[in-house]
Amino acid sequence: MSKTALNKRRKTAEIKWKSLEENKKPILFFGAATCGNAAGAQETIKAAKKTLKEIGVDADIIEVGCIGPCYLEPLMDIKPPGKPRICFSNVNEEKSEKIIKRFFLKDEIPKLGLVGHFGDNGDYGEDIPRFYDHPMIKPQVRIVLRNCGIIDPSEIDHYLARDGYVALESVLSKPWEETLDLIKQSGLRGRGGAGFPTWKKWKFCRDVESDQKYMICNADEGDPGAFMNRSLIEGDPHAVLEGLVIAAYTIGASKAYIYIRAEYPLAISRLEKAISQMEELGLIGENILGSGFNLEIKIKEGAGAFVCGEETALIASIEGNRGMPRTRPPFPAVAGLWGKPTIINNVETLGTIANIIRRGADWYTDFGTEACKGTKTFSLVGRVRRTGLIEVPMGTTLRKIIFDIGGGLFKPFKAVQTGGPSGGCLSEEFLDMPVDYENLAKVGSIMGSGGIIVLDKDTCVVDLAKYFLKFTQQESCGKCVPCRVGTRHLVNILEKITKGEGELSDLEKLEKLGESIKRSALCGLGQTAPNPVLSTLKYFRDEYLAHIIDKRCPAAVCRDLVVFRIIPEKCTGCQSCVKVCPTGAITGPRSEPHNLDESKCIKCRACYEVCRFDAIAGDAIEIVSGKQE
Amino acid sequence: MVVKTAASVLEKFSTRRENLIPMLQKVQEVEGFISPESIKLISDKLRISENEIYGVSTFYAQFRFTPPGEHSIYVCMGTACHVKGGQQILNMLEYELGIKEGQTTEDGRFDLNRVACLGCCALAPVIKIDDKIYSQMSVLKLMDVLEKYTQSVEVTDE
Repeated sequence: MSKTALNKRRKTAEIKWKSLEENKKPILFFGAATCGNAAGAQETIKAAKKTLKEIGVDADIIEVGCIGPCYLEPLMDIKPPGKPRICFSNVNEEKSEKIIKRFFLKDEIPKLGLVGHFGDNGDYGEDIPRFYDHPMIKPQVRIVLRNCGIIDPSEIDHYLARDGYVALESVLSKPWEETLDLIKQSGLRGRGGAGFPTWKKWKFCRDVESDQKYMICNADEGDPGAFMNRSLIEGDPHAVLEGLVIAAYTIGASKAYIYIRAEYPLAISRLEKAISQMEELGLIGENILGSGFNLEIKIKEGAGAFVCGEETALIASIEGNRGMPRTRPPFPAVAGLWGKPTIINNVETLGTIANIIRRGADWYTDFGTEACKGTKTFSLVGRVRRTGLIEVPMGTTLRKIIFDIGGGLFKPFKAVQTGGPSGGCLSEEFLDMPVDYENLAKVGSIMGSGGIIVLDKDTCVVDLAKYFLKFTQQESCGKCVPCRVGTRHLVNILEKITKGEGELSDLEKLEKLGESIKRSALCGLGQTAPNPVLSTLKYFRDEYLAHIIDKRCPAAVCRDLVVFRIIPEKCTGCQSCVKVCPTGAITGPRSEPHNLDESKCIKCRACYEVCRFDAIAGDAIEIVSGKQE
Repeated sequence: MVVKTAASVLEKFSTRRENLIPMLQKVQEVEGFISPESIKLISDKLRISENEIYGVSTFYAQFRFTPPGEHSIYVCMGTACHVKGGQQILNMLEYELGIKEGQTTEDGRFDLNRVACLGCCALAPVIKIDDKIYSQMSVLKLMDVLEKYTQSVEVTDE
């Protein structure tokens, strides 16, 4: 497709988008990304269609990506003809029927699950707030996520109408040096975790003479507890693809790969569809927009190995080998896939690029700190009230993220974990620290890809450290001894401590071993693996001591150190726990305090849950810590 | 419906080494697991030793070498799920089904697996049964969900 043809297509796309904004018949939008579907979006859609049919309302239904506040899912937006969208939260099948009926039959905006509207102040009167004034949304700056939840990700026209591929057009009409220079000025750094300046990486590759170069998009979001990349691809696949084409042009690659986790089937299908749309419009293939630049994009599905997020391991995996890292240098930018110069960029990095090119480096550097420009997406999860996907300027404090955007916790704050298995746990004293690559590294954690897990007093940090170490131990590729053997020993010691069999000398062993693994492991996985242990030892040493000296788990999490008890004064004898106990450990006649036989108890928590959430029962079961005799 | 076999799906692939993992994935997709026979087929086609194919395939968590159960249960072991009690869910499943993760029940109804992360961290803890994700699980909710699968044969679509 030529430039003129693209512009013609953009005109039609704009008309299409406008007709959507000035819709003649109502439109219902549903957040149907993986998270929305997990919350039941597909069932809600089915129910909504049924209700609309029943009351005879002719409406369009559009499935969009995730707009961020996952805790409110499933989300349903109603857009009355010619008016802004109104967003409703936690819309299950039953609630959708109620909302739709009230909205269309009684002509009112129901308060049920109402979040806000997408228009300007006063569009719907004083009573209805704006969506963007919601406390979780207001402090955010949405650059990468600008289209997520707004456009239909399966429609290239929606992307085109919102300035999609404008950046690509401009890049292809200029020499590559100009783009490289612009990215340099913007200060963009790799969002995969290490924060290496993007332009520098590209320049290394550009400077190498080669008959073939490769561009790879790393979508192997292996960090458990993070889902930024999945959300972006599901909500706005073309943003990532546009960045990929621009990057390939700048480094001079004619072949590109997207390496994506097989655990993300929806993201994969969105990419497949988007790529076929690009082929149709000639945005990939031969002589793209008449520039003489050729590019072919292939999707490679990862097969479930965390270490494949590491560049050299990822390359080995694409080549069809075990995903094991190798020593660097040579860096992939010089000798990568099949020995050819290769650049690997993270999904978010690529998703940012078109924005920078369209709006300029100066605009981008307005956001962020001196050393780290722009914004960063985070998945805010754990024991925080408002969980979801957020985007904030670099340098935002953890306090703002957790307490303003996340709305704080239900129980007292204990720690925040960043950077996944390679990161660390930070205590309260670091809440006012501006978040960027350097600051987090200084205090023993890392930015990583952007997972933020909030922990409260019911989380045991020793157990969490053990969890991460078990993870890295299992995911260790086994190539180098420090990682293969060292992490195993760290796990063994932590197992001992959480069983109440630890000794004081174990702490020193953990520190010594951790430090030597950090210094000697081959790749990033091993070098950062001890971080969860070292940071918790530093900031939460007293919890380790409680496990070792007092033989108790303060958070009452470690299985071997807790017992379940029924408080006789509180027990109403309702038999709820007797019914749910899978092992018959609880006995007792109705209306009399029940008995719990500890020898039969498997600590499954069923009785605890039923007693807490069942109105008749009344919180009579407690989990207490103290070593079992 | 034509039943797809490993041999028929492998035809589409060229003999390049980079196709090894996609081939294994395709075989598992149609047959449910990687059988010794399909390893041999791939070995013949790519001219890589069976030994090496085992080396590659066992490296990746995605591949299984025993037939799956009628329903596959995946327990998410991501950090957010862990913090919110994912381990408890796995323990309970192991107890209720009488198997350990990675195994299939004797009657062939369920296989139980752990998965690093399903990416639904904001709705933790989550499990996946076949293609359906159940979010914000608790031990009690789990019992209800399991009951649905043990009682009726057809629960995938109502």
